[in-house]
Amino acid sequence: MTAEAERAASMPRSVIAARLARARSRTGEIARNPLAAAGLAVIVLLVAVAVLAPYLAPYDPQAQELAGRLAPLGPAHWLGTDELGRDIASRLIWGARVTLVIVALVAAISAPLGLVLGCVAGYLGGWADVALMRLTDVFLAFPRLILALALAAALGPGIDNAVLAIALTSWPVYARVARAEALVARSAEFVDAARLQGAGAWHIIRRQIMPLCVSSLVVRASLDMAGIILTAAGLGFLGLGARPPAPEWGAMIAAGREYLFDQWWVVGAPGCAILVVSLGFNLLGDGLRDVLDPHA
Amino acid sequence: MIESRRALRRFRRPAATAAAMFAVLAAGDAAAATPRSVLVMAKSLDDLITLDPAEVFEFSGAEITANLYLRLFRPNPDDPAKPLGEAVSSWRASADSLSFEFEVRDRLPFASGRAMDAHDAVFSLRRAVALNKAPSFILTQFGLSGDNVGERVRALDDRRFTITLDRAYAPSLVLNALSAGIASVVDREAVLANADGDLGEGWLRNHAAGSGAFSLRRWQPGEYLLLDANLSYWQGPPALKRVAIRDIREPSTQRLLLERGDVDMARNLGPDQLAAVDGIDGIRLLVVPRARLFYLALNQKRPPLDRPAVRKALRYLVDYQGIAERLLGPAARVHQAFLPQGFLGALDDRPFDFEPERARGLLSEAGLAGGFEVRLDVRSDPIALRLAQVVQATMAEAGVRIEIVPGSAKQVLTRYRARRHELFMGQWGPDYLDPHTNASTFARNPDNGDGAAERTLAWRNGWEIPELTARADAAVLERDPARRARLYQELQREVQADSPFIVLFQENEVIALSDRVEGFAAGITADQTSYHGLRK
Amino acid sequence: MASASRRARAAAAARLAVGVATTLFGLVLVTFVIGRMMPIDPVLAVVGDRASAATYAAERAEMGLDRPLPVQVWRYLRALAAGDLGTSVVTARPVIEDIGRYFPATIELATVALALGLALGVPAGVIAAAHRGRWPDQVIRITSLLGYSMPAFWLGLILLLVFYAELGWAAGPGRIEVFYEDLVTPVTGLLLIDAPLDGEWVILGNALAHMALPASVLGLFSMAYIARMTRSFMIEQLGQEYILAARAKGLSEARVVWRHALGNALVPLLTVVALAYGSLLEGSVLTETVFAWPGLGSYLTNSLFNADMNAVLGCTIVIGLVFLGLNLLADLIGSLLDPRVE
Repeated sequence: MTAEAERAASMPRSVIAARLARARSRTGEIARNPLAAAGLAVIVLLVAVAVLAPYLAPYDPQAQELAGRLAPLGPAHWLGTDELGRDIASRLIWGARVTLVIVALVAAISAPLGLVLGCVAGYLGGWADVALMRLTDVFLAFPRLILALALAAALGPGIDNAVLAIALTSWPVYARVARAEALVARSAEFVDAARLQGAGAWHIIRRQIMPLCVSSLVVRASLDMAGIILTAAGLGFLGLGARPPAPEWGAMIAAGREYLFDQWWVVGAPGCAILVVSLGFNLLGDGLRDVLDPHA
Repeated sequence: MIESRRALRRFRRPAATAAAMFAVLAAGDAAAATPRSVLVMAKSLDDLITLDPAEVFEFSGAEITANLYLRLFRPNPDDPAKPLGEAVSSWRASADSLSFEFEVRDRLPFASGRAMDAHDAVFSLRRAVALNKAPSFILTQFGLSGDNVGERVRALDDRRFTITLDRAYAPSLVLNALSAGIASVVDREAVLANADGDLGEGWLRNHAAGSGAFSLRRWQPGEYLLLDANLSYWQGPPALKRVAIRDIREPSTQRLLLERGDVDMARNLGPDQLAAVDGIDGIRLLVVPRARLFYLALNQKRPPLDRPAVRKALRYLVDYQGIAERLLGPAARVHQAFLPQGFLGALDDRPFDFEPERARGLLSEAGLAGGFEVRLDVRSDPIALRLAQVVQATMAEAGVRIEIVPGSAKQVLTRYRARRHELFMGQWGPDYLDPHTNASTFARNPDNGDGAAERTLAWRNGWEIPELTARADAAVLERDPARRARLYQELQREVQADSPFIVLFQENEVIALSDRVEGFAAGITADQTSYHGLRK
Repeated sequence: MASASRRARAAAAARLAVGVATTLFGLVLVTFVIGRMMPIDPVLAVVGDRASAATYAAERAEMGLDRPLPVQVWRYLRALAAGDLGTSVVTARPVIEDIGRYFPATIELATVALALGLALGVPAGVIAAAHRGRWPDQVIRITSLLGYSMPAFWLGLILLLVFYAELGWAAGPGRIEVFYEDLVTPVTGLLLIDAPLDGEWVILGNALAHMALPASVLGLFSMAYIARMTRSFMIEQLGQEYILAARAKGLSEARVVWRHALGNALVPLLTVVALAYGSLLEGSVLTETVFAWPGLGSYLTNSLFNADMNAVLGCTIVIGLVFLGLNLLADLIGSLLDPRVE
């Protein structure tokens, strides 16, 4: 076959095929980076554990056994039992669900919100841009944990409120990132072309601008995941996360604080879980950044 | 490669600096033992808002003001019906028992050097009524108010003063009320000299003008509180020169400090930590029976909690013994009536045990065989949360599905006072050593309306009890102690059998202290904790 | 021309001032709204559980809580303009006084942590950049990532367990032993400065011993951040032409890296320092709780749980100002480097 014919044959035949091919090659790049691959593995593991929790956990995470409280690591309970005699390993496993839910919900709320607001502001400019900048200024003038803490304290304990609080503190960053990309994108030629063709602003934003912002947003979001997990754990530690007896890792640490010196495993196990998951997201985020955003 | 090794060598210098820095940081004064004449106590002072005895209403404040001020009377550990005079050396009641005359003891010097007189006592009482803060009801319940306190509380001369009441209350009640913190005698001249038109309220918040065993050196909220010995205390100066209270909120921190010898006494250790330190050489445990009750409350405005079968069934769904033995240890004992042990008329009956089948039977008879959902408001402190989770598990055995709603103390209180709770789990501590203090709130609800002036616990749970209220009011006027005790026992039996209240435990305070420390004297209420006898 | 650029700069400064003012106003508004949402009754905090309805109502009126929200905001802003941040319900002292007492403690902690972070992070970043892709780089990257991923409160507890409880190397929670309180004249509020000024060397040692663990916890995070940013800047510098020229001239690799590249990377590093300081303020909240450190973080947390609105607002404004200031500083330094960026 001639070189030209070969090239023609390997040309993707649709947008979807092109996107899939790109995704495949990107995943391949990520997989080749050992740190990022490790991160991905951790996250896949987290999702698997969360999904398979009912089958993996040896005990009911809520089953109390007052006679067997604070038992050390052993054959019956691999990671020991907590202050009410519940199996820590089972609670860790079910806690993965809580963590995953929080992370997923926060990302699902804050990233699209930030993307839309940022792109709109960046593209339209003018008062929309000024308004957005002022609004995000207010939110960003504050350390994230403190703002989340204040919001969560005002809303009350519970996963839903914690998610809302964290999401409200996360979207401004994404909005800024999206806005920055939109500012660059709006002066691109194909955007001018679309405008000349009579496309409306919203159409342009949706079709041309947003897809360009997505990749930086993905990088940013994945780098943020670890921070979200830590913030959620911090809220749980202060009593503002999931309500008892939910096996939220931060709350488990808070409850185990009293036993730190004799039954350190009550605090040690959930802390390690947070560390590992957080590390996984950070590794992945790092790898993604290397791949998608190499000039960082 | 050669370059990389050389580069690494460059790295060693800053690394060495960092290591040296860390070593310097850590090397200073890592272990400190406390001096002989100073007692260092680790106690959480998170409830301490003010040290003004006319305002103090929390445990920490009550304890500290008890050591800063003398009160008119002091509880009698041998006979709760007959308090002993402290600032008062003698008293007598009028023939119609409507007024009492008191004589102030001689030679009780204030920090300024001036001796206490009747005018100080009168000023202190008038001030407490006029300021009308949280504890004022202890005095105003006798018919005193800002308008009439000028005539009703009067000094006859420099040594004697009278109080006139609106009814002929039992003397035991009146005198016990005057042994509460609100009857602390403040130095009139010192307060007026520092007052800002507010009767000294602002100044006395963080200053003291008393004649107690200690004087206030400094209170740094959130950090520490320092008390210096009062060398002219009428019963002799304390053995210690200073008591330093470190405001440490974390029990595990308190425990560490105690183990390392950085503090001599840790007041807030949890049951497991207590068990852990008990075995350590040089540390022992001191169990102080207290009068605080742990209870569950059912809001009668939330069906199905208003149904008698439910009220009864829930009583059988708490594992009293299991919790007391395994979770609380020496820190609590099972108690099921609203007057704590040590009070006149206390009831020791304990008719309820953990009987889930019985509860299930009761519920299905009432048509609730499938159980129901209910929310439980509870403070988010570790012990309360633990209790809540255990109760959640045991109640689930009869289908009562509890959702725990934790909150900070103020949050939970806000909901409770607004009657927005369903189940509530909390504590109640008596305000003075007379049965009326608890009866007036568990068994009285004069007005169940939303705008009621008196928000007793019965009111908070929407419990309409006109007959019990009348009986509780009558018991206050019964002058014979034995008969009075019986009246209260009957009240308790009724409340125990069927009411929105499920009393669970009576608390003991368990203190972990160094073997060197002796002489910690404490009665059953927080304001009967005395540092005077402490020595090392 | 000169006057035009001066006018432009004045305009820019004015815009900046307006921006800061509106942001602060927005902060106050948001905090007020949050405070209104709080399910805590601040009056209860003052009058206590058993107050009569009359006492409660009186106190509520005195606190101004019976007025509508805009009125409350207006009253607050007016007081703020006069420099009055109100009185704290929990400590019963002016909020300004409280902040004046607690803020230096946080600054002290944050500064020492930052110093630790710089001392460890900058060299680490340089090494990582110089050996990019090879094992020192990977090791340093992983260590940094570990630093980012560690829950601060948990690390604090573990360090307390190991270094205080088990080994006894570091002092316990708190800022200083209680019987050293009040013995140092508070000139700056920073014990590390006031104690030597007073000649109290034992107290200085005690203060340092207490600072070791919390500063290490916070320092780990700033080290992670600084290392990674240093690496990033160094990589950028090492790719420049002047580096090639220096190498061609025969300068030693160490000199090229440590003197020339790092020298040029130091200025952008300053922006990082400013931002790191800001994030230390954030990190201090949980660390102060674990170590009973009497700083602004624990003051704020305590105030939140007690719905002490004056204190919360005061802290919000102070922290907001500091954060804004640091971000502005970072922006300023950044724009000095890159005149294209506004």
